[in-house]
Amino acid sequence: MAEDAHSDESTAVAPAHGSEHSVASVDVGLAVVPAPEDAFQDPGLPPHHLRVTDTNPRRQRRAQRTVFSLFYLSIAGSIFAVAAYMAFPIEDGSFTAIRINNLFIGLGIALALLGLGFGAVHWAKALMGDHELTDPRHPVRGSEETRARSIEIFQQANEESGFGRRTLIRNTLIGALIAFPLPAVAMLRGLAPQNQDPVALLKETMWDKGVRLVRDPLGTPIKASDVTLGSVFHVIPDGLNKLPHDEMLNAKAKAIVLLVRMDPSELHETPERKSWSYDGIVAYSKVCTHVGCPVALYEQQTHHLLCPCHQSQFDISNGAAVIFGPAARPLPQLPIAVDDEGYLVAQSDFTEPVGPSFWERDKA
Amino acid sequence: MTSTENETGRRPARGARRKGKRHPLATVALLFIGLLITGGAYAAINATSSATAEVDMNSPQTIEQGQKLFVANCATCHNMNAEGVPGVAPSLIGVGAASVDFQVGTGRMPMSFQGPQALQKPPQFTDEQIKQMAAYIASLAPGPAIPSEDLVNGEGDVAMGGELFRVNCAMCHNVAGAGGALTEGKFAPDLSGVSGSHIFEAMLTGPQNMPVFNDTNITPEHKKDIIAYLKFIDSQTSVGGYALASLGPVAEGLFIWIFGAGVIIAITVWITARSN
Amino acid sequence: MSTATTTDAPRTTSFSGPSTFTGRAANYIDERTSISAVVREFGRKIFPDHWSFLLGEVALYSFIVILISGTFLTFFFQASMAEVQYNGAYVPLKGMNMSVALQSTLDISYEVRGGLLMRQIHHWAALLFIAAMGLHMLRIFFTGAFRKPRELNWVVGFTLFILGMAEGFTGYSLPDDLLSGNGLRIIDGMIEGIPIVGTWLSFLLFGGEFPGSDIVGRLYSLHIMILPAMVILFIAIHLVFVVVHMHTQYPGPGKTNRNVVGYPILPVYAAKAGGFFFVVFGVIALIATFFQINPIWNYGPYDPSPVSAGTQPDWYIGFADGMLRLIPSHLETVWFGYTFTWYIIIPVAILGLFIVLVAVYPFIESWVTGDKREHHVLDRPRNAPTRTAIGVAGVVFYAVMWAAASSDLIATHFMLTIEGVIITLQVLLVIGPIIGYWVTKRVCLALQRKDRSLALHGYESGRIVRLPGGEYIEVHKPLDEYERWRLVSYESYAPLMLRPDRSGRITFANRLRVGMSRWFFEDRIAPVTRAELEAGHGDHGAHGAPGELEGGHDGDHGLPPAAH
Repeated sequence: MAEDAHSDESTAVAPAHGSEHSVASVDVGLAVVPAPEDAFQDPGLPPHHLRVTDTNPRRQRRAQRTVFSLFYLSIAGSIFAVAAYMAFPIEDGSFTAIRINNLFIGLGIALALLGLGFGAVHWAKALMGDHELTDPRHPVRGSEETRARSIEIFQQANEESGFGRRTLIRNTLIGALIAFPLPAVAMLRGLAPQNQDPVALLKETMWDKGVRLVRDPLGTPIKASDVTLGSVFHVIPDGLNKLPHDEMLNAKAKAIVLLVRMDPSELHETPERKSWSYDGIVAYSKVCTHVGCPVALYEQQTHHLLCPCHQSQFDISNGAAVIFGPAARPLPQLPIAVDDEGYLVAQSDFTEPVGPSFWERDKA
Repeated sequence: MTSTENETGRRPARGARRKGKRHPLATVALLFIGLLITGGAYAAINATSSATAEVDMNSPQTIEQGQKLFVANCATCHNMNAEGVPGVAPSLIGVGAASVDFQVGTGRMPMSFQGPQALQKPPQFTDEQIKQMAAYIASLAPGPAIPSEDLVNGEGDVAMGGELFRVNCAMCHNVAGAGGALTEGKFAPDLSGVSGSHIFEAMLTGPQNMPVFNDTNITPEHKKDIIAYLKFIDSQTSVGGYALASLGPVAEGLFIWIFGAGVIIAITVWITARSN
Repeated sequence: MSTATTTDAPRTTSFSGPSTFTGRAANYIDERTSISAVVREFGRKIFPDHWSFLLGEVALYSFIVILISGTFLTFFFQASMAEVQYNGAYVPLKGMNMSVALQSTLDISYEVRGGLLMRQIHHWAALLFIAAMGLHMLRIFFTGAFRKPRELNWVVGFTLFILGMAEGFTGYSLPDDLLSGNGLRIIDGMIEGIPIVGTWLSFLLFGGEFPGSDIVGRLYSLHIMILPAMVILFIAIHLVFVVVHMHTQYPGPGKTNRNVVGYPILPVYAAKAGGFFFVVFGVIALIATFFQINPIWNYGPYDPSPVSAGTQPDWYIGFADGMLRLIPSHLETVWFGYTFTWYIIIPVAILGLFIVLVAVYPFIESWVTGDKREHHVLDRPRNAPTRTAIGVAGVVFYAVMWAAASSDLIATHFMLTIEGVIITLQVLLVIGPIIGYWVTKRVCLALQRKDRSLALHGYESGRIVRLPGGEYIEVHKPLDEYERWRLVSYESYAPLMLRPDRSGRITFANRLRVGMSRWFFEDRIAPVTRAELEAGHGDHGAHGAPGELEGGHDGDHGLPPAAH
């Protein structure tokens, strides 16, 4: 038949042999086993069954009544929704009023829509003709005549324009078409600021020598004696809250710190970092080194710090080493000390970039 | 004459009591009345004992009572002098009345089995008994005290409480206080329905793995604000309808797949089914 | 005298024109639009009827609901990250600094009558849209509707699925609340982990450092203009394809590869499909009336410091978030001073490969079968056991990743440890699809055998008869020809055989193709033929005893001796 008139050119693979069915010609598709001669034949459409609404006029009238009742309900729903909009104000700000308003407008709208929908479907199912009809399908490919005419059209256009012949015209056209979007692409560079280096920015935070540790979000400084065993403070650098808004959140995204105190005997520190803590008080970056969520679920007895986003776990008693989850690096530690008034201060910025890893992270 | 007929030979009218015989439902009625009386008495007695029992935390009788309760119920794990048993139960020296009020008042103590953490369950003691035990523990060494009524009545600044809650508490307890997972089978519980004093005490004492939010970390005023925030979200109607346990996108996704798609597929089956 | 158009062909001035209003209106429009050609072509076009064909409609209609509700929202939402102090009805946020985006969203919810309803309709419809596309895609896959000529339409549809996910993600990130803000933080972290270009891409996307003050505005352009335009374009292409290819139909009596059996658009489909639009809209409205979704007021404004327990993306992004959670620890190396973040590269590569495989599956299958015919009759899933098993394996793979996104909630609700949940899911990610594949394949083959047995022996009627010889048998009611046709009308493929090509060589590609063809089709059950049915009809009553089956019928397979 017309639709499968493709001959397959490769003879490298062939249908399975050894079957008692004859191997059909390759134009049927290579892996298909053609139907055996004694296969069943299509019996045609099954007989049509009448519906109860076709045979019983009373049921038909009932179905009609159902349909227009549903449409009436739909109208009622729409009107109700409009009425509810007007009748249930929310301007006093009470949550109950807002709930009632949305509830009744929503009920009205839902009734209007469902009434319409169920009515139309019931009309179709119960009352409209339900004889199955048949239409022929035509192959998707155009007829031979159409295809021939298309080819002819292209050939004519080619001749008249010389597109195929005039290769220099053609090639330079293609070149121009490829080139013309390039300025647009280049202008997308403007999405990022022109005079900032992202790598340099990622490698520094607001922390610096002498910057006080203050409470997040209130901004009050923290004395070492305020921090009891087992407590956790959420910390930002002093001065962060005074930054203009755009800068504040950007700085905060790198500068958030978690401050905990544990018994010094439980704290395992490398010799180089012994001076980074103060009497069992340690400070670590709160930006998860996985993909950057605030890692803040501190368990005071186990000293585990859990990130809620992807469940990375860090051991705060052991340099915030990764003990579970997809993170790869320990949290950077903020070296802290106490100033002469007893307030906790940073000794310097973090000694490594905070937050998720990036390509240039370890490059000087 | 049958037994159900009276002298006139007719059966008594429906509902009329048969002479001399108890109504068949009399037994039932008597049982019911008996239950009402005993139940009511029990409730009344208990009510009086837990109502406004003003317990004097400093009186020697209270402390002595508390010690008795402690020895009977807590010493098996916490040791006779409350110094704790390593690997079994921590020392209670210095934990203060607040710890006892919280742990025993929420039913976490006595702990029912060793596990990742103590689970909340119905309290095993009356309020008066809890106060007595608290007084005893407080007498052993200074520690956090049970907060006064005005700090836990929920009349603080809801907005400040919300901001503090989100920074300090939401990462474990969820922004709506619906609770969350911790490591190794532990979890931060759902905060709905928790009393103001228990919230305060939990912050103050840092039960088990919950960090300690001492008064120099979160001031008592701010704790009051946090309590006000929690009470607010507890009591307010969800403006959008059923909150699906405030669990967020997971609950919403489950709902749309199970109920949304389920209902719609049921409707598609109806639409394309052959009409009767 | 005629005042009509002055064409060359003489107008029939005796034509009096239509007399009814409808007639006159139709005439007016047709004279200006040729609409009668459309009515003629499409008015009685036949569409087959099956509930599973309505899944695509659910997706289309929920998209329309999204457009309608979204348009309403655009009148009130402001996509600016400028800082403002909130002073609206939601008391716990009073006096807080937040972006205008969040404030306008709060105002929609608390100050605009019906605004919250519209927000909820919009968000619930979005969840349903993508779910419906997923279900529709599964239906297309399991019935083989992606075969020629519909391979391109599969790719278009799959692109729509991806676009839908992008629409959803950009949409829920617009209010700049804590939950979606942390989602953006995660995206930023993932982008930074991309080798070579990561830091710069992150910078470009956010207009500088994270979070910056540009992202909401940019996502807004994407969400209301660029992505919807693409979605609408692809939907149009998708539907044009459906019209050009005509809809597929399930196998059944009277339904062949060369016809379409069903109901006409006017009036039946217009009513059913049109009605269904209102039903879908109504169901979404009902859900939005009673169930709260995305209560951004609980989360508050995005700030890098707080985070909520149970931070998950919307369900359709879950598989990506879950994949991130399943990666083991410490997967990062530094070579030559450059950081290779494997914990990003690996999940992105796996997900990318998965997506590409799904997108090109029709081409893989057509290469394996070599079948170049048009297919308009669908496969019952059991009749394509390997394809169905592959589909189930893919679904299991997706489902494990999706489940991993809620690992912490699974832990709290079933009193498990999060470590246990994650480790279990890591294992299931690998063995789950394998088990799913194997079980499904066996089930499909078993169902095919069951079909064969039904076709040959009929239904168990429940009537027990005692034969003269004393044995009891259950009488089987034979199928009528219509029921039987449905069971026997499928095609069975056989594996290809390896042969050298014209130059006498066997290339690797051919070896691979034959190998895959064998994997697909070696285990197969051929449909019952008339001869087999006759052969089994020796004595009517004696078909209940299983023992008698084996002798009369060539093992249960009806296979030709297999080629090796």
